[in-house]
Amino acid sequence: MDFFYFLEIFFSGLTRGSIYALIALGYTMVYGIIGLINFAHGEIYMLGAFTALIVATLLGMSGFPAGGILIVAALVAMLWCAAYGYTMEKVAYKPLRGESRLAPLISAIGMSTFLQNYVQLAQTSNYVPFPRLMPRFAFLSAFGGVMRSSDFVILVVSALVMIGLALYIRHTRMGKAMRATAQNRKMAMLVGIDADKVISLTFIIGSALAALGGTLIASHTGQVGFGIGFLAGMKAFTAAVLGGIGSIPGAMLGGLVLGLAESFTTGYLSGDYEDVLAFALLVLILIFRPAGLLGKATVQKV
Amino acid sequence: MSKCWMQTLACGVAALMSVAPAFAADTIKLGVAGAHSGELASYGQPSLNAAILVVDEFNARGGVLGRQVEILAQDDQCKAEIATNAATRLISDGVVAVMGHICSGPCKASLPLYTDAKLISMSPSATTPALTQSGQNPYFFRTIANDNDSAIVGARFIAEKLGASRVAILHDNSEYGRGYAEKAREELQSLGKAEVVLFEAVTPGATDYSSAVRKVRQAGAGVLMWGGYYPEASKILSNMHSLEIDIPMVGPDGLKDMGFVELAGQDAEGVYASGPTDTSSNPLSVRYAELHQKKFGTAPGAFFDNAVAATIALLSAVENAGDTSIDKLDEALRTHEVDTPIGRIKFNEQGDAIGVGMSIYQIQNGQYTEVFKGGN
Amino acid sequence: MNAVMKTLLRAVMISVWFMALTFPVLSLKVNATKRTVDVLWERAAGMGLAMFALSLLWMWYFRHKERGRGDSGPLASVRAGMGRGWHALLRRLDSLGRRRGVTGLCAGVLLAAAVFLPVAGSMYQTTIFANAFLYVMLALGLNIAVGIAGQLVLGYAAFYAIGAYTYGLLNQYFGLGFWVCLPVGGCLAAVAGLLLGFPVLRLQGDYLAIVTLGFGEIVRLLLNNWMDITGGSQGVANIPRPSLFGITLSSDQSMAYVYYLTLAAMIVTIVVVARIKDSRVGLALRALRDDEIASEAMGIDLRMVKLQAFALGSCWAGFAGVLLAARINFISPPSFTFMESAMILSMVVLGGMGSISGVVVAALVLTLAPEYLRALSAYRMLVFGALMVLMMIFRPQGLIPSRKRIYHPRGVSADGAATSAQGGRA
Repeated sequence: MDFFYFLEIFFSGLTRGSIYALIALGYTMVYGIIGLINFAHGEIYMLGAFTALIVATLLGMSGFPAGGILIVAALVAMLWCAAYGYTMEKVAYKPLRGESRLAPLISAIGMSTFLQNYVQLAQTSNYVPFPRLMPRFAFLSAFGGVMRSSDFVILVVSALVMIGLALYIRHTRMGKAMRATAQNRKMAMLVGIDADKVISLTFIIGSALAALGGTLIASHTGQVGFGIGFLAGMKAFTAAVLGGIGSIPGAMLGGLVLGLAESFTTGYLSGDYEDVLAFALLVLILIFRPAGLLGKATVQKV
Repeated sequence: MSKCWMQTLACGVAALMSVAPAFAADTIKLGVAGAHSGELASYGQPSLNAAILVVDEFNARGGVLGRQVEILAQDDQCKAEIATNAATRLISDGVVAVMGHICSGPCKASLPLYTDAKLISMSPSATTPALTQSGQNPYFFRTIANDNDSAIVGARFIAEKLGASRVAILHDNSEYGRGYAEKAREELQSLGKAEVVLFEAVTPGATDYSSAVRKVRQAGAGVLMWGGYYPEASKILSNMHSLEIDIPMVGPDGLKDMGFVELAGQDAEGVYASGPTDTSSNPLSVRYAELHQKKFGTAPGAFFDNAVAATIALLSAVENAGDTSIDKLDEALRTHEVDTPIGRIKFNEQGDAIGVGMSIYQIQNGQYTEVFKGGN
Repeated sequence: MNAVMKTLLRAVMISVWFMALTFPVLSLKVNATKRTVDVLWERAAGMGLAMFALSLLWMWYFRHKERGRGDSGPLASVRAGMGRGWHALLRRLDSLGRRRGVTGLCAGVLLAAAVFLPVAGSMYQTTIFANAFLYVMLALGLNIAVGIAGQLVLGYAAFYAIGAYTYGLLNQYFGLGFWVCLPVGGCLAAVAGLLLGFPVLRLQGDYLAIVTLGFGEIVRLLLNNWMDITGGSQGVANIPRPSLFGITLSSDQSMAYVYYLTLAAMIVTIVVVARIKDSRVGLALRALRDDEIASEAMGIDLRMVKLQAFALGSCWAGFAGVLLAARINFISPPSFTFMESAMILSMVVLGGMGSISGVVVAALVLTLAPEYLRALSAYRMLVFGALMVLMMIFRPQGLIPSRKRIYHPRGVSADGAATSAQGGRA
């Protein structure tokens, strides 16, 4: 097959990859700080998409310009999902600190089921159209349509978020507190870090990122439904594990690797085995290199 | 969408037939099984109404074989587990035949019981091909075209009307979608006018289908057939349009749903979907719709015409057969044509109705317009 | 008075917070057809009231918990307040249960009821109870891995699927009957458990959970996509019901027969799992759950024990799968999704990890309740989700917590040195 087709498949992979990366960033951050696989992260992503849809519809009724709607909808969705994340942590995870590691995980699965059904009952069990709010960039058409405007927006946003997050964690006071908490919560508390505050903030940032992803991805696919969080969450999680869970550049890399792998499977082999490949990758990585591509292997402390 | 209504009716009718002579002396019992309550009641209730209207008409004319017809309704909520229970009840109540069930799952579950009891059942709505075509349900009939017909008419439309020589087929690996895709491929190959250049699955629920869509373009397809439901169709169309791939999409009856037009909006324009031939102008259909309006105060719902047809076919078969023995009924159904709201029908060897057509509709300005009649 | 006012004020603030939080999704409903948003004030009001009441309850509970006695022993994790009444009841039942006569009588009555159900009840009742018994088997099987050994398996439905497809496919291709396939299905599932177990020996906790989840999805996707062998999404149909010494049964009779088989299988499962739990293996498994490193230091072979947990757990799922195929005669991949695994897991969690009676009760309740409460079926999953969270917060030990064996110096039973060496019956 020719080179142009190769490029096309490559860029399709990049699109998928940046979608996974965008969701994976929030996932990996929460894991990095408190070591919890937040199963409900995919649901927060879905809630973000629905909130953005509601805001966009409201604004659309009052005749707001499209670009403005996207920004306002994304901001409102981020704000609300941050609140959801904060509340969820307080209700479902905080009372479980100090219990076995299974307890918060099961609680997270319960939360995920709850949120899915909550949206299904409160809104609808059908897919609903999401307005196309992505701006169009004329300069991209020069490249023969290998990359669309929405692909570009998602890729750039996830790269910016990754860089921003990495800088925040590396250079701010709060970021330092986060790293300290991640390393050893008790010690961090001893040196005066408010661990509760750090964990809350982690959930707030992680959920806001999920909502940002929800808004952008829904306006790329053009539809939302109550069930979109599960598969997206699973794939994002796979991406996070692939890159090394807990590592922020790792989530980005993992997302891109997973997206490219899927796209090349579809492009050159068959779409039938795309998902099998993704899950097989997850299992193999966990078995042979649990720390992921960029993660550091840790020795368990007794 | 699998529909079990038809089967329910047929099952009920079948149950009627097995009744002991002592019972049969007074009334002829027609079983009606389907979702009369629960989430899917909107699929089952209209066929119960249809049975009531038709039975009233027959009774007003003096009944069947001089006996009054009585309806025994059993609710299966479109659930396989409950359907077997409903079927057992109908069988033990001694119905002559069953009109139903509505959904395919309950049909599958209850048919072994009816076959054991030698009861005829006839579904107005169950479309899974295997119900008639597996050969395991000799006493099962239906008054709706099956999913295979939907694929066949799509393939013929591509070969005869669109004239495309290269066709790509994508499906979602579901029973419904993959069944449609495989039948369509088979039909295209046997028609020989178009080559299937791509046949594979996409992952339902994925956020981006651009690689699959680019593969379709790379394969040089002039038409894309989609086997699956409409949410994914909408995403595929949006990916096609954003990548400026302008080939028509042909899909199953799952795309003939206003929900699709709503969801896909502008992207849905020009899409072809198969669906039952429009019979709303048939005089019988008009008359029964009026009767429904008069008796129940509303317009008839889903599968109403098919259920009226099934009830008429079953009761006429009893009349034509002269008694309620299974062999005579079976023969009467296959040999005597009857006029129904969906046309003049009889049944073939497998139990599918001859004379029920599928058509291709195109979405034009947000409305479905019939563009191709499949015939039968 | 001031404290009461403060509490009320806090409750009001919490309910306002939740009203604001849920406002967009709960009270603003998108109308996709008209592309407008409907405002549903009554939902917001309902939410506010509900949260006001709930937050009062919540604060009351945690205040009691903080004030509660500082002890944290296993039985003293009787959480103060809400748990107290329930525990009193449990303890009374427990002491009743220790009188053998009473236990025997109860078991006898239940068994008799179960035996006469197909005769007295309708076929519908028989079917749903057979289904419930199947879930009891599944939940007890998963209980070995999750409850007793503490290995969180999230892809349990995969083993269930392996059992079901073993019967379906062996029957379709080789005409093998139920009685041949039953052991084969169990063995194959156990082998699959071992195959998965070997590579994941090093993993713990969440990593293990995710690998098993991935494994579950892979099995389902393979069954779904491998059209040529498994029939893909169309599933395998016309699986015969089990034979009874070559006698052909009518469909009601064979349904009753399958019911009795499931009942028997469930009783065997209960007995076997109870024996396993108190055996050497079971003790090792429990040690593993409580502390891997410590148990390794005590000389427990971690690899062996983990593999045993996997093999034993998945083996029951295999048996249950064969029984499922025999009962419904039709199997297809959508019956084995992640939601199925999550349902079985929630039975284990709700019942009380490691507790046999608890898991049995939870499995029966979770499968029968939706059948009898059809009107509420739309809210079923919502309630399940919430229950899983609430259980973790309020009763992480489950409805009927597993009793630990405690050494009673004078209560050493007579049945052998092994028992007395590891502690008498609790």
